Amino acid sequence: MTRVLGIDLGTTNSALATATGDEPAKAQPITQVVGPGEIAERPTLPSFLLLPSDQEVAPNQLQLPWSGALKYTVGTFARDRGAELPHRLVASAKSWLCNPAIDRTAQVLPFRGAQRELDEAMQGGERVSPVNASARYLAHLRAAWDDANPDEPADEQEVLVTVPASFDPVARELTVVAAREAGFDKVTLLEEPQAAFYAYLAARGEAWRKDLKPGDVVLVCDLGGGTTDFSLIEVRDDGGNLTLERIAVGDHILLGGDNMDLALAALAQRSIEGKTLDALQQRALVYAARSAKEQLLSTQPPMSVPISILGRGSKLVGKTIKASLERDAVEALIIDGFFPKVVAGEKAQRRRTGGLRELGLPYAHDPAITRHLAEFLGRFDRMPTAVLFNGGVMKAHKIRDRIVELLRTWAGREVAVLEGADLDLAVALGAAYYGQARQGNGIRIRGGTARAYYIGIESAMPAIPGFAPPVKALCVAPQGLEEGSTVALPDDELGLVVGEMSTFRFFAATTRETDKAGALIDADAEGVCELDPVEKLVDAGGDRTSGDLVPVRLESHVTEVGTLELWCVARDGQGRWKLEYSVRERDS
Amino acid sequence: MHPVLAFISFWKLLFGAKLPAGAAKFLPETTASLPAAQSVSESVSESVSESVSEKPAPKPNSAAQQREGALVLLALLQREGRFVDFISEELGTADDADIGAAVRAVHRGCKKVFDQVLSLEPVMPGEEETKVSVPKGFDPAEIRLIGEAKGEAPYKGTLRHHGWRAVETKLPSLAEGVDRSVIAPAEVELSA
Repeated sequence: MTRVLGIDLGTTNSALATATGDEPAKAQPITQVVGPGEIAERPTLPSFLLLPSDQEVAPNQLQLPWSGALKYTVGTFARDRGAELPHRLVASAKSWLCNPAIDRTAQVLPFRGAQRELDEAMQGGERVSPVNASARYLAHLRAAWDDANPDEPADEQEVLVTVPASFDPVARELTVVAAREAGFDKVTLLEEPQAAFYAYLAARGEAWRKDLKPGDVVLVCDLGGGTTDFSLIEVRDDGGNLTLERIAVGDHILLGGDNMDLALAALAQRSIEGKTLDALQQRALVYAARSAKEQLLSTQPPMSVPISILGRGSKLVGKTIKASLERDAVEALIIDGFFPKVVAGEKAQRRRTGGLRELGLPYAHDPAITRHLAEFLGRFDRMPTAVLFNGGVMKAHKIRDRIVELLRTWAGREVAVLEGADLDLAVALGAAYYGQARQGNGIRIRGGTARAYYIGIESAMPAIPGFAPPVKALCVAPQGLEEGSTVALPDDELGLVVGEMSTFRFFAATTRETDKAGALIDADAEGVCELDPVEKLVDAGGDRTSGDLVPVRLESHVTEVGTLELWCVARDGQGRWKLEYSVRERDS
Repeated sequence: MHPVLAFISFWKLLFGAKLPAGAAKFLPETTASLPAAQSVSESVSESVSESVSEKPAPKPNSAAQQREGALVLLALLQREGRFVDFISEELGTADDADIGAAVRAVHRGCKKVFDQVLSLEPVMPGEEETKVSVPKGFDPAEIRLIGEAKGEAPYKGTLRHHGWRAVETKLPSLAEGVDRSVIAPAEVELSA
């Protein structure tokens, strides 16, 4: 039986776990550069890429046991030194990977945005694409594994890479591209909340069958450093056997523990009078605030936690800045600010954006995570009977308590808390466990595609000035289409123009589980949102000439890898063409 | 405890304990005696002048590796906990509250390094200030008897200090060709 490697490619931290048929999943520490010329193992690899000039960091300080001098570094030292060199630091590459506002294969990171001075600071230094940054994290994990396990090279093992459940088909495809760039020719994708649930299954063993019964719905509540992700998993009875089915996933919400730490740092700074902090001291304050948060929101919190920030010079005594965080103020800010008591079905606020806005990451406007949760549950009209927490934020007990309290109020009954694995490593461990499950050792969650997908078809109608022709959306992949399955769409009168670039608008919906393949709905129907277009340049070969309209039918295929492919099949049998996702900047 | 004594005993502990093979290359063959800290500071000043005159780096040998290991540990403690800054500072008549505020941050950082580099346990488990028995055939390097031992072991006594044993030390591996005598680089914030 082959070994399984589970990779959690995280927004702020990545992790690696491994399992074989007879040995349970365990985390694999990752060798990395942790200081100038210092190499050590750490439990996770911070997802940061630093691209310094030789003057900023000497290349011989970045060498790894398996490499010579390097011009870049990923991991702990990249993150730490990068705080002093923000113009050279790539962070949150994963959030950029699912940002349709930019061309995700173009070299745009470190992101300049409207900060023109960054161009000058870069002095023509290297920029990378979100795909390439992700590839470098994966390549590092691969090299670190190979160095520690020379007899079992990573690319010969079964490799699982986790993605947020909310990743659209393009971001999934790009994750596979990044894996290939990193030398993993064959990977399988797995949704993170499912991975967290697998980690729970692995930790509980067969006892999970006592925790859960048919009809139970488990909310996986995953709060990472930068993102929040919700999924619902239902327990079903299939001829006497318990089965698990992922029934709903939420949107990609760019809101997480980092927002809380920044808010706390700002609060602590108010208690410092007359002293300004520079960038590094600010960062030290955020770290101190994070650890204060965990203490003050624990089960037996102190009244306040003192914080000291050292001066920048070599003299410390008398130059130390003192601050403190009070329990009541922190509770008010974090619990009531990020997790307010809201009513079931309440919707998150969306601010109207200004006419011109700096391109950047689409951060959530409403910091109330509970409101995002209420909206998610309201949209699917299902209340969970149990909750599984994941992500570092959940180390704070009071946050867990508040979420459970709200779930109980909304549901009007008890909501059980499932005790999972390590909050930081669960996703990687769960991915490794899932790899085993695929080989036949363990239960699998059925889910298929998280959303239904549609292709836009312009209605044939006479042109009317000022009116765009209405667009219909043809369902090409219903929700819940399982890996490895193919759907051929009923014959419609569709034509593909050869010799030219054909572009199709592409839509998705999470709440239209009744739409079957071939269903034709209005593109502006409830719950439908537009994604990046898909396109194809078809060579006019054989008997065809440029500009000919080839009658085609559509086919969609969910690969074993976990990506969605769309095909145009000529009705005369003379060709099949795969539609490609366009990752160029969106026009609208 | 006086800070300098704390520093030296930490040194002794690190270099005197049994260590995994990976870490052993950084360490002296014999247990370091108290003047170890002294010799480190001498070699620091030596190598500063070396790097100024740009002499080629000395060929690695066990003494050089030993020195590198010590300097790297100092660099870690300085980077995370500003240890070198703190010990080098004249406390004199400084206000206890000011020292306390600094120590809180120094402690947080140095503790982080300890947690990453060292795994410690008491040599003699048990509550301090309680009666204990020193068994026959004990190792005098592990248990220091205070006062006159009469007759044969076992001896009865009071545990004054449980001792510390480094169960594991995990210093980072070191890239070659990096000048370790720079414990902390000078920091220059560029003007706009």
